[in-house]
Amino acid sequence: MTVVFQKTKGLTDNPTHYCPGCTHGIIHRLVGEVLEELGVLDNAIGVAPVGCSVFAYNYFNCDMQQAAHGRAPAVATGIKRVRPDNFVFTYQGDGDLASIGTAEIVHAAHRGEKISTVFVNNAIYGMTGGQMAPTTLIGQKATTAPYGRDEAHSGRPIRISEMLSTIHGAKFVERVAVNTPANIRKAKKAIKECFQIQLEGKGFGIVEVLSTCPTNWGLTPEEAMKWLEDNMIPYYPLGNFRRPEEVE
Amino acid sequence: MAKVLMKGNEAIGAAAIKAGCKYFFGYPITPQSELPEYMSRELPKVGGIFLQAESEVAAINMVYGAAGAGERVMTSSSSPGISLKQEGITYIAGAELPCLIVNIMRGGPGLGSIQPSQTDYFQATRGGGNGDYRLVVLAPADVQELVDLIIEGFDIADQYRNPVMILGDGMIGQMMEPVEFTTPKQRELSEKDWATVGTGGKRNPNIINSLYIDPESLEKHNIKLQEKYKIIKENEVKVESYNIEDADVVIAAYGTTARIAKTAISKLEKEGYKVGLIRPISLWPYPYDEFNKISDRCKGILTVEMNSGQMVDDVKIAVDGRFPVSFYGRTGGMVPTPDAIIERVKEIYGGEK
Repeated sequence: MTVVFQKTKGLTDNPTHYCPGCTHGIIHRLVGEVLEELGVLDNAIGVAPVGCSVFAYNYFNCDMQQAAHGRAPAVATGIKRVRPDNFVFTYQGDGDLASIGTAEIVHAAHRGEKISTVFVNNAIYGMTGGQMAPTTLIGQKATTAPYGRDEAHSGRPIRISEMLSTIHGAKFVERVAVNTPANIRKAKKAIKECFQIQLEGKGFGIVEVLSTCPTNWGLTPEEAMKWLEDNMIPYYPLGNFRRPEEVE
Repeated sequence: MAKVLMKGNEAIGAAAIKAGCKYFFGYPITPQSELPEYMSRELPKVGGIFLQAESEVAAINMVYGAAGAGERVMTSSSSPGISLKQEGITYIAGAELPCLIVNIMRGGPGLGSIQPSQTDYFQATRGGGNGDYRLVVLAPADVQELVDLIIEGFDIADQYRNPVMILGDGMIGQMMEPVEFTTPKQRELSEKDWATVGTGGKRNPNIINSLYIDPESLEKHNIKLQEKYKIIKENEVKVESYNIEDADVVIAAYGTTARIAKTAISKLEKEGYKVGLIRPISLWPYPYDEFNKISDRCKGILTVEMNSGQMVDDVKIAVDGRFPVSFYGRTGGMVPTPDAIIERVKEIYGGEK
């Protein structure tokens, strides 16, 4: 019998703790597959954030460090500067990266750290129970925005990819989504290209992945995919913001 | 090797490089900026890396990453900057990573001043960050000792997989003294087989982590940490004592303040007073037992600090009611004078002899 499909070696056999319908599982698999396909699994050092993906160190099948909230890019900087021959990546959510960790991500990009970041944006704090994130959409309800996000009170949601694409050291910036099979394929392609930027020593790369949180959005997994498409993509347009030839 | 004249802050850098530290992550703050400046100049010459981080918060987390990747690494700052580093320090302690942290203390609270002080004793010896953890805290009194402790500090950090803090004050960082680079006693340092360097396809992944979500496993982790701290307490106490078996008054002081106390003691001796000194060099583990050697004839202990009274708590724990304990301190960057100390000692004697 021919094997036509199997689980990537990029992931361990540990069962994940994610909620049913959460798209972290899809994104983990894409990252694992890319690590395997690029042949860097044995050489990779990943950095897990604080948030829903805090246990990523149990799931990626490579050496891992767990970082304080928002500090993954600083931790990854420390690793990469002393181990320049290792492949170093961070996996961070939107509370981690877009709120408490803005200084670390901006300056890692600014220095052109040769690290790669997978930024999972689900427009909410998942782990702590559905509080408002900087990425929460206008009108979107959260446990700390029970009447919906109000622009006059909290400002507009932050667009990380657009912001980072203004930074010279950020050599690859792309926003993708994992709401359809076609988008999942595009997401994998983007992650692969982003990781290759690091392997070629060109600088910092980030892929922002629009993701769902059925639990805290109060939707079924299917409804959540639809909500992502109808609400998130219009505000967070998909596409590549920077790649090396545009940088020079 | 011949002695060279060096400023304290630069001597720290030179000693660290001698100790094989090739990586420094820092952020400018007075009165320690000569150290990152020195490292930015010297580390590239030895194939190392100096990186000025965007903040103290980032710098200590870079140290976490580099230490987790198995390299000798350090950072330095001064009081307000060390406050910012506390988050990273507790993660480093929790994940059991070795590193060296230098605090060249200045006056506080808040932005305080840029003048020397010893106001971070509590922060350094009691934690500073969250959780039950300890740093090995070493307090040099001169530039030679500073150099010796930096070199040995890296070994201590590696041996116990624990962060080590060098606690100096602005005066030690700024003063110039002749130094010699020595080799500390050989310690048995094991391979860093826990470090994240890539599995090489030869082992299961290594994980650097301070999260133990299951209460039972977190308690186990804490018990393991406390067992380690117990061994450190048994092995790593450092103290200098002078004449405590025969003293009527014993001064307890560390760092720069201890030097001032020594001047006071030699003046007092000329006047016929018998005054001893306990100078803790390791502030954690604290040399509690040393106070048991004080003779019963002692009338009282005078603790002298450049703060409003912090180490005096440890002195009280150490003497456990055997002797009256008094305190004299200056704050805000003001430095105690030998004459002011002499006056306090004479008060304990009950006036002029």
